[in-house]
Amino acid sequence: MERIIFYILAAVIVTFSFLSVTSAKILRAAVYLFLVLIGIAGFYFMVGYHFLGAVQLTVYAGGIVVLIIFAILLTEQIDNRLARPKAGMVIASAMLALLGIGVSVYSILNHVFDKKIAGQLATVDDIGTKLLSFDAGGYVLPFELISILLLAAMIGAIVIAKRPIR
Amino acid sequence: MIPGVSLYEILTISAVVFFIGVYGFLTRKNLISILLSVELILNAVAVNFVAFNVYLYPGDSQGLFFTLFMIAIAAAEVAIAIAIIVDLYRLVKSVDVDETTEMKY
Amino acid sequence: MDFSYTIWIPLIPFLAFFLVGLAGNNKSPKIWGLISTGAIAVSAVLSYMTAWRYLFQVGKVEETYQKIIAFNTTWLTFTDKLHIDMGVLLDPISVMMLVVVSTVSLMVHIYSLGYMKGDPGFYRFFAFLSLFSFSMFGLVLATNLFQMYIFWELVGVSSFLLIGFYYYKDSAVAAAKKAFIVTRFADLGFLIGILIVSYLTGTFDFQTLTDPNGAAMTQGAGVAFLGLSTMTWALILIFMGGAGKSAMFPLHIWLPDAMEGPTPVSALIHAATMVVAGVYLVARLFPLYYTAAPFALEVVAVVGGFTSLFAAIIACTQTDIKRVLAFSTMSQLGYMMLALGVSGYGGHDGLGYMASMFHLFTHAMFKALLFLGAGSIIHAVHSNFMGDMGGLRKYMPITHITFLIACLAISGIPPFSGFFSKDEILAAALHHSTFFFVIEYLVAGLTAFYMFRLYFGIFWGTDRKYEHTPHESPLTMAVPLLILALASMTTGFIPFNDFVTSDGHAFHTHIDWTVAGASIAIAVIGIVAAYFFYKQKNDLPDKAANTFGAFYRWSYDKFYVDEVYMFVTKSILFGIISKSVAWFDRHIVDGFMNLLGRMTAGFSERIKGIQSGRVQQYAFAFVAGVVALVLIFAYLKG
Repeated sequence: MERIIFYILAAVIVTFSFLSVTSAKILRAAVYLFLVLIGIAGFYFMVGYHFLGAVQLTVYAGGIVVLIIFAILLTEQIDNRLARPKAGMVIASAMLALLGIGVSVYSILNHVFDKKIAGQLATVDDIGTKLLSFDAGGYVLPFELISILLLAAMIGAIVIAKRPIR
Repeated sequence: MIPGVSLYEILTISAVVFFIGVYGFLTRKNLISILLSVELILNAVAVNFVAFNVYLYPGDSQGLFFTLFMIAIAAAEVAIAIAIIVDLYRLVKSVDVDETTEMKY
Repeated sequence: MDFSYTIWIPLIPFLAFFLVGLAGNNKSPKIWGLISTGAIAVSAVLSYMTAWRYLFQVGKVEETYQKIIAFNTTWLTFTDKLHIDMGVLLDPISVMMLVVVSTVSLMVHIYSLGYMKGDPGFYRFFAFLSLFSFSMFGLVLATNLFQMYIFWELVGVSSFLLIGFYYYKDSAVAAAKKAFIVTRFADLGFLIGILIVSYLTGTFDFQTLTDPNGAAMTQGAGVAFLGLSTMTWALILIFMGGAGKSAMFPLHIWLPDAMEGPTPVSALIHAATMVVAGVYLVARLFPLYYTAAPFALEVVAVVGGFTSLFAAIIACTQTDIKRVLAFSTMSQLGYMMLALGVSGYGGHDGLGYMASMFHLFTHAMFKALLFLGAGSIIHAVHSNFMGDMGGLRKYMPITHITFLIACLAISGIPPFSGFFSKDEILAAALHHSTFFFVIEYLVAGLTAFYMFRLYFGIFWGTDRKYEHTPHESPLTMAVPLLILALASMTTGFIPFNDFVTSDGHAFHTHIDWTVAGASIAIAVIGIVAAYFFYKQKNDLPDKAANTFGAFYRWSYDKFYVDEVYMFVTKSILFGIISKSVAWFDRHIVDGFMNLLGRMTAGFSERIKGIQSGRVQQYAFAFVAGVVALVLIFAYLKG
């Protein structure tokens, strides 16, 4: 059962990510990306990281994609058809991507992963505790860093976007 | 851990998504489209983190936390990128990478 | 007895140089001048004290003057034996030079206080004078060849700075450069000579080098090059340095031009002290010359004799009074060189050596006096040319009398000092060969003639209308004149044969009245001739000039030596050699470098398209590279 669901999710992810990079209309591309992100959130739910799946949905699908759509609207590109890339570049890039896929998949399939180490997946409770713990294995420092980074990014974005037009 | 699904299948999917993102990055001319491709690449990597965490080291949770932070950083990155794109658009009335060549040699 | 205080004789002017040179300003120039003068006064007192103690109290051991190393420090060590020292060497000639340098330097300092008054470079002038005094003291007190060489160059620099003192005048700048380049060229020979000598003997030390029984005397005696031994060549090269400093033909061309400097400088450097450094150098190494390389000594004599005649002839026709004095200096330096060249070693044979040093001493006094007198005249008339002067005796009595004394001294009229020293030189020349005697005898007559030509032309002759009435110089200028005049009158009576001799022993000498009488006679003839030519304005000089015709013109144009140098440097060196070398450098060497540069630039131009600035192209290359690397590693792994 789970296997079938996984394959469906995989199909959704791959299909829409492909559409997202090839669609001629940018708003559609954004929507396809939205679907890919939802698919990935579904994958997170399936492996048991519910909290992560929720974050993916709210922040990524809910926040970032909305932001991107705002940008599209602000730059008045809803109706524009995107310029078709040059054929040479498309072929070269496609070849490179296929080659990359081939190499990666080949090396993945030929690699024997170590035996798993037994243990329980982290619960939301664990995540909360660890995120603010400053003992060994705690994440309070990166957490604080990220908060400062977000603040700086927010201020930076406002400063850049609010510059007077020359 | 998903019953019946091996690590190999998940990694294959993420590799495919990753290279689709690379393809988009290389071929798209519109800055926002490029941003979309970058998001794809980031997500492919995040999936890898989670997969390794769940399949090989379920007791530890580094993969989980890395993915969390990655999402936060992606948010910051997108915010800045969007600000730049909007500003650039006001400046040159275009978000096409081929037309923003002012600082080229 | 302890002589270690002598180190302060050079050091005090050196400190004054630093103080005045760094702190001096134009707000209160007088103070800086007085500091410099005070420093040299202290050095002078120390010098007199040293001379007194050395000559009369401690110098003599068993009737022979010993060389005393008063101070010594090893400065640079090359090998165990070969090292450069810095020190103070006291012996009769260095003590005598101390007295000469400090006396003339002090007089010139005092004189300059008046002469340079109001000059915008007043303190700079005194700083340079102090530097020069330091260098000259260091030179005369040198314990070894290399120390001497170092100070030799330092006096050269001071001379350069002072000749070019009026650096806003093109002629002064050109003269300074000329003096520097010509003496530098000569010093090249000096340096090579020093290196050869030190290679042969393994030492720079004067005491070792000049020990008559030492090993240095027989080193390098083998025939080496063009039939002369290595040591002979080395000593000839060293003499080349001395000839450059002492303005011997053909390296004399800088001295007349050096008169562009302020007149006190001419008196101090280019008449009394620095230019005798060459004579002093030969005298220092005299035993080595005499024993190891008689041929080199012969060269010294010939060059000295020729220069004295050559310069005396030119001096007769010049109209710039400072230039007349410059050629006169050359002529007298030639005398000294010749006296050294004809001298023997030890006892009465060393008469020439003694005479040379004696003449050096007396000449310093009366020639400094002549220059200072000329400065006083120029100060009053504002011109260097005889044509602008005449009848000055009424306006400048002190200058007149002192100048007359100096003229009598240089002409060799007893009882003035020049008579005694010149007489010894003539006697020594006669002792050696008649040929040299005849030349010097002739020169003595010419000397009297051109000096009194100057004297009558300036102080008698036609009275001129001056724009400003000429006036006697201020006291600071008059006092040195009087002191030096006194010295010119009395120094002839110093019994030099008791103090300065080739081997340190005193010997008896007496005035050879045949020689003395003959020399007085020709001096009087010269003076009388000058009297008839120049006492009153008449047409005799023009007639004489017409009689000599071409010869007069040659002499007036200094025998075209400058033009020959010009031709050699401009046409041959610059025109042919330098030009071809420059062509090679510009086209072959530079061309190769330009080719490299252009190739790089061209190549860059071609490949700069790779740096397109398009992020996607870069990303493509990056990803392709990563994939390629992975492929390579996968392949290598099997």
